[in-house]
Amino acid sequence: MTRRNGEAVVRVENLHKSFGALEVLRGIDMEVHKGEVVVIFGRSGSGKSTLLRCVNFLEDPTSGLIEVAGVRLEGGHRTKGKREQVRQIRIKAGMVFQQFNLFPNMTVIGNVMEGPLTVKGIPEHDARANALELLAKVGLSDKADEYPIRLSGGQQQRVAIARALAMEPDVMLFDEPTSALDPELIGEVLTVMKSLATDLHMTMIVVTHEMGFAREVANRMVFFHEGVILEQGTPDEMINHTKYPETKKFFEAVL
Amino acid sequence: MEGAAQASARVPFRLKVAFVWVVIFTILGLLFAAADFNTQFMRDSADYVLRGLLYTVVIALAAIVLAVVLALIGALGRLSSNPVAYGVSGFYTSFFRGTPLIVQLFLIAFALPVVVGNLGLSSGIEDLLTLDSLVAGILALGLNYGAYMTEIFRAGIQSVSHGQSEAADALGMTYGQKMKRVVLPQAFRVIIPPTGNEFIAMLKDTALVSFIGATVGQEEIFRRAQLVGTRDFLPLEAYLLAAMVYWALTAIFTFFQGKLERRIGKGYVRGGATGGTTKKFLPSGGAGGVAGGGGMVEIETDEMSGGPELPGQSH
Repeated sequence: MTRRNGEAVVRVENLHKSFGALEVLRGIDMEVHKGEVVVIFGRSGSGKSTLLRCVNFLEDPTSGLIEVAGVRLEGGHRTKGKREQVRQIRIKAGMVFQQFNLFPNMTVIGNVMEGPLTVKGIPEHDARANALELLAKVGLSDKADEYPIRLSGGQQQRVAIARALAMEPDVMLFDEPTSALDPELIGEVLTVMKSLATDLHMTMIVVTHEMGFAREVANRMVFFHEGVILEQGTPDEMINHTKYPETKKFFEAVL
Repeated sequence: MEGAAQASARVPFRLKVAFVWVVIFTILGLLFAAADFNTQFMRDSADYVLRGLLYTVVIALAAIVLAVVLALIGALGRLSSNPVAYGVSGFYTSFFRGTPLIVQLFLIAFALPVVVGNLGLSSGIEDLLTLDSLVAGILALGLNYGAYMTEIFRAGIQSVSHGQSEAADALGMTYGQKMKRVVLPQAFRVIIPPTGNEFIAMLKDTALVSFIGATVGQEEIFRRAQLVGTRDFLPLEAYLLAAMVYWALTAIFTFFQGKLERRIGKGYVRGGATGGTTKKFLPSGGAGGVAGGGGMVEIETDEMSGGPELPGQSH
């Protein structure tokens, strides 16, 4: 099951992030290899979302190093020269948000085509064909011309996944993708995410509390605690044989 | 009694309001007839005054275009972390909101050429800044309204949720792409209704341009009303005529503004089919129009589109 011997798609070295006096990340080292599905979990405030947002520089790391698909970038002050590198990293890392963040001024297919059209300059005809294919993949071909507002939360999130996939990213970042959904809608989103892992062998970093998903799909689980990685391992190692009382306590709370 | 109340409840609200309007107009009409206005003069002058419509509309259109450009730049400046951009836009809005429009109009029309002349700059610049009254009017109105609209634009841009901006960033968009494709189209939904109001207010403020004179043949409505009114010693008839023209003009633009708002509402309304068959959108307030009670309005209320209160406008 593990495919850890591939090249590293994401590399994080000694990453620190502070918001004012509060140090949220206190030295994170992590590598994610091609085709690997890594689930990050931990209590709220442990820094797991912040790490994800540092990987594509939605938050500027205070210090440390981020490498995504060969683009290396130091943390610290965002200079003009860095801006273009940040953009390159973002193009290579697709992001799915907790709140979906679809563009309400565009139709569903417009959302999926937007990245390829505007950012990559792909011809409209090709972008449309590719978008239709992706919408079929997430099971929403019939909603292509609807506006996002008319879709359920689960449908919106699947469109958001298609939108990120349309950029043909090297890695997908999922920031609590099912936390804002009604319980009955969670399944459809997880099913799509599973198929990304099993059918497309997509490299994925997923911040989630869905332990069922982690057990089934993750190659590795990483437990965040107070801004550091406390432990990591396969789902079996983590869920059934954890060495740390903090991890045990977390599982008792969610399982 | 109860029967009468029930009968009354069956008459649609709009019909009742229409009746009130008819009564008001009847009373006004009777007063008008009794006051012995010179209607012959009004009919004769209508053609001359109406030819001023072109200049009124040209001034207002050109000025609103200028104001929109200035407001967009001003708003981006107000939201910028660059101290120069922030400072300059702050000065601009403070000055043009802090002084009367009529003073700005006189400054631009009369003071600007003199000041430039006293600075001893080349006479070419001086000539350039000796403005035609039409141009001076456009400049003054555009600068003044642009300053007010900077706040409308700023609030509109801020109404677009941070998540939208992050989603655009995450796709790898540049600042310009993000603004053009994601933030501004959504901000305009919030910006356009009050901008329409500003335009309608501006249509009326074009009358102030009459104070700096006008090239013969290029007078706007109010200037023409003044001219015919003084010529024939019938100022009341002339001003009444001007009032009617302005009123009709604003009513027409208010109607179109409502249509525009409904178009922009697309994508924000739940239920109903796509493509214009949805029944009711945002209520569009209007001069001469009555806001229909309780439309089937369902607007998205989550943070994706929740607009903030716009700053109050007072000219």
